[in-house]
Amino acid sequence: MNFLLEIGTEEIPHWMIPSALAQLEKLDLFGATPKVDATPRRLVVRAEGLPDRTPDQEQLVKGPPISAGEKAALGFAKKQGVDLSAMQKAGDYYELRKKIQGRPVRDLLAESLPTSILGIQWPKTMYWGAKGSPRFIRPIRWIVALLGDEIIPFEIAGVKSGDTSRGHRILGKSQIKVDYGSVERELRANKVILGAAERRNKIETEAKSLGATLDPDLVETLTYITEYPAAIKGDFDPAYLQLPAEVLTTVMRHHQKYFAVETNPGVLAPHFVAVMNIPADPDGEVKKGNERVLKARFNDARFFWEVDQKKKLADRVEDLSHVTFQAKLGTYLEKTHRVVALVKELGGDENAQRAALLSKADLTTEMVKEFTDLQGIVGGLYAKAQGEPEAVSKAIYEHYKPLSMEDSIPSTTAGQILAIADKLDNLREFFRIDMVPTGSKDPFALRRAAQGIVKMLVEAKLPYPLKSLMDNDFMRERIQYYFREIQGFKYDEVNAVMASEIGALSNLEERLKWLARVRQTPDFEPLAASFKRINNILKQANFKPNEKIEIGLLEEGPERELYETYWQTSFETLAESISTLRPVVDRFFDKVMVNVPDEKLRANRLTLLHNLLLKFSTIADFSEIVTSGDQK
Amino acid sequence: MDSFQQTIFKLKRYWSDRGAIITEPYDVEVGAGTMAPETFLRVLGPKPYRVAYVQPSRRPADGRYGDNPNRLYKHQQLQVILKPSPADVLEQYLASLEAIGIDLKKHDIKFEEDNWESPTLGAWGVGWQVMLDGQEITQFTYFQQCGGIDLDLVPAEITYGLERLVQLLQNVDSVYKIEWTEGVKYAEVRHAEELQFSVYNFEMADVPRLWRLFGEHEAECKSLLAQYEKYEDKLRFPVLPTYDQVLKCSNLFNLLDARGAISVTERVAVIKRVRDLAVGTAKLWAAQQELVGQVPDLSPSGAGSRPALRTSPTQEPA
Repeated sequence: MNFLLEIGTEEIPHWMIPSALAQLEKLDLFGATPKVDATPRRLVVRAEGLPDRTPDQEQLVKGPPISAGEKAALGFAKKQGVDLSAMQKAGDYYELRKKIQGRPVRDLLAESLPTSILGIQWPKTMYWGAKGSPRFIRPIRWIVALLGDEIIPFEIAGVKSGDTSRGHRILGKSQIKVDYGSVERELRANKVILGAAERRNKIETEAKSLGATLDPDLVETLTYITEYPAAIKGDFDPAYLQLPAEVLTTVMRHHQKYFAVETNPGVLAPHFVAVMNIPADPDGEVKKGNERVLKARFNDARFFWEVDQKKKLADRVEDLSHVTFQAKLGTYLEKTHRVVALVKELGGDENAQRAALLSKADLTTEMVKEFTDLQGIVGGLYAKAQGEPEAVSKAIYEHYKPLSMEDSIPSTTAGQILAIADKLDNLREFFRIDMVPTGSKDPFALRRAAQGIVKMLVEAKLPYPLKSLMDNDFMRERIQYYFREIQGFKYDEVNAVMASEIGALSNLEERLKWLARVRQTPDFEPLAASFKRINNILKQANFKPNEKIEIGLLEEGPERELYETYWQTSFETLAESISTLRPVVDRFFDKVMVNVPDEKLRANRLTLLHNLLLKFSTIADFSEIVTSGDQK
Repeated sequence: MDSFQQTIFKLKRYWSDRGAIITEPYDVEVGAGTMAPETFLRVLGPKPYRVAYVQPSRRPADGRYGDNPNRLYKHQQLQVILKPSPADVLEQYLASLEAIGIDLKKHDIKFEEDNWESPTLGAWGVGWQVMLDGQEITQFTYFQQCGGIDLDLVPAEITYGLERLVQLLQNVDSVYKIEWTEGVKYAEVRHAEELQFSVYNFEMADVPRLWRLFGEHEAECKSLLAQYEKYEDKLRFPVLPTYDQVLKCSNLFNLLDARGAISVTERVAVIKRVRDLAVGTAKLWAAQQELVGQVPDLSPSGAGSRPALRTSPTQEPA
């Protein structure tokens, strides 16, 4: 039988819908596969081939031993709700073949659906009736629940399930009788496109044909904010193009949810593309309205720009004493001083230090108060307009970068140093007062800050050793994450190089690349196995190394040979010496006994092995590498 | 084309026809219609209530000396409270837009998530900003908590931003060009107020005196709060005047803020001082309302403890 469920609600926040659908996809429909769809006002599940009823089943229940007597058997039968005669003897025990009647699927769904629906996890729920009434993301206003032609009867918060849906708020009927086969068609006739893919496609095609520069995030937002999307093109006065493109684009994209239109990449045209929740704008009313709003917004931006220029960034630094960084961590002025000192410590030049001093001053501008996403960018633009050197304005402009692992790092050294200092200060300060990320909670975006530092250190090949910045488990996790998930190294390779001294991350990357390469060579695995063996021997001997190897105690042959090879291997050639080293180590273990009774001799041999291990441990701890011998 | 005041008349008439009490603005300074006692206190407790009023709302830091075409120190909100929220509340709201002459078939309406929270009032709710052709014209909120108390009956709060709405209806690009009534522009009525209050709020308000006033009102409020428990005839206890003191403090806080007189370290602490007063008052009000529910209504109308509400014409499917 066919199944149709529509949860009709008031407008659900667009960004929450995909995760709700993912949960509904797991709905238990007695073997049938749920197909899910949604608009802001409805979550829909459809499925085919549900059974009429669940099959009858037989359950075997073991009873008391026959030897326990009739009384025990009677008690058991009573508990099971059957007569003694229904029970059989099986060997030394009674048993009961209990028949469990199948039930109509419609009844089962009527019982389970309310729980399933109210069990959807949302980031923030509400109630809309009396205290204690059901919670959902927004009020539920209607429910369609059908199995075949029949209504699956249940009730949530006073709303009874039925077979009646609703159309578009303005253009559709408020009562539409639907069934499994007709729902999509009926909704379309009432100006609701049920499929997100179709809405997305419509938005993309129409916006593109109007010249929009598509932005995937915005497309997704608009897909789940409309039931019947249609794109229109609007215009604005070209005089506004004198404002920075960053400001215009932010106003259009983030505040108005418009696509920008470009003549060439990065060059704005005086147009925008808006997506409506109605099919057409025959009288141009929507176009006119949106143009008026955008004009007011651009006017604001121009007003902010002009007002802001009356006080230079340099004169705004002291005002940061009125801007909280974090309640327990004081003001942005204090933060600024710390960042300047950090930039100095990291070897930042005059420009980097100047940029650090000015980096947060834009927080006091009207422009950033209005368009918070533009912090840093506005500072950079203002610095440029106020005659600061290019190196300074660029460093400020880019100092929040990288905003994600896909984003690029700042393009100048001054910018990189400032960006590291700014993020490092966040990390150190929040860790100092113990406000650290837990689980999925990271309100101060410290993971992103740490990840950004790692990305910059590696990609810009900056020389700072990790311990000079911040070396703790949190930071190490971010490094592991970066090399594993972003660069695609294997986890044991990452563990192996991180088990030795970490140093500068660009060096860590070199070592990883080397390790990943030599791992493919035939000599590597046996050698890694030998290193593991050495490690175990040292561990078992509970060994404390001697000051140095006494050459006189070395036996001629394999031991001496190993020593020579060890001695001749320098750090520079270490990477290439794998193939020469391997047979020597093998021969050593073949011929030489380490645990000899002579204590001096034994200690000397252990020292040799220890030093060998130590030399290679500057690259990686090979015992961390998973070899075929470890698999089982 | 309707004037500013005609639009207000129509909205009041619309909600009056749906059973709302129409009141005049509260006469103590507030930052938003939500803070007027008709909202802040009435949403507490189990008593159904419907009210609509225009509330001039003061936000000292938003003043622009009358220079900015879209920003005001004081703007007018038309505030509607429907408690409990009817099932067709959004349909009723949309019909109110039709009632003031917006042909919704020719416009683009979107409900975009916008949750409301007021740390100074210990209050929050969820809802939307209603966008008409890209312009925010209304805040719609289902209150969840007020004064730190979970609400017995969730009310719908509809807040129309009147200046923005009428700017759109009259198709003018500056708030000052709005026709207030025939032959009178918004500027004529309000520009001097915008200019002079900006000058006062940003330049002349005496900071030490404002702090003293803040302290005085806070002291009065605390003193009242402390007396409730031992006060015998609880129904006579002046909870409403206590709340006025909270509003005074809140407005003084906003003024001090606009003067740049509240340092970072003080800020959080001062917000907490106001919240403590608001939460304390909300608790007294809720407690007093429980007592009101227990005694017969002796008011002259004798309508019982619940105001007679007209049921609204329902647009729900049968």
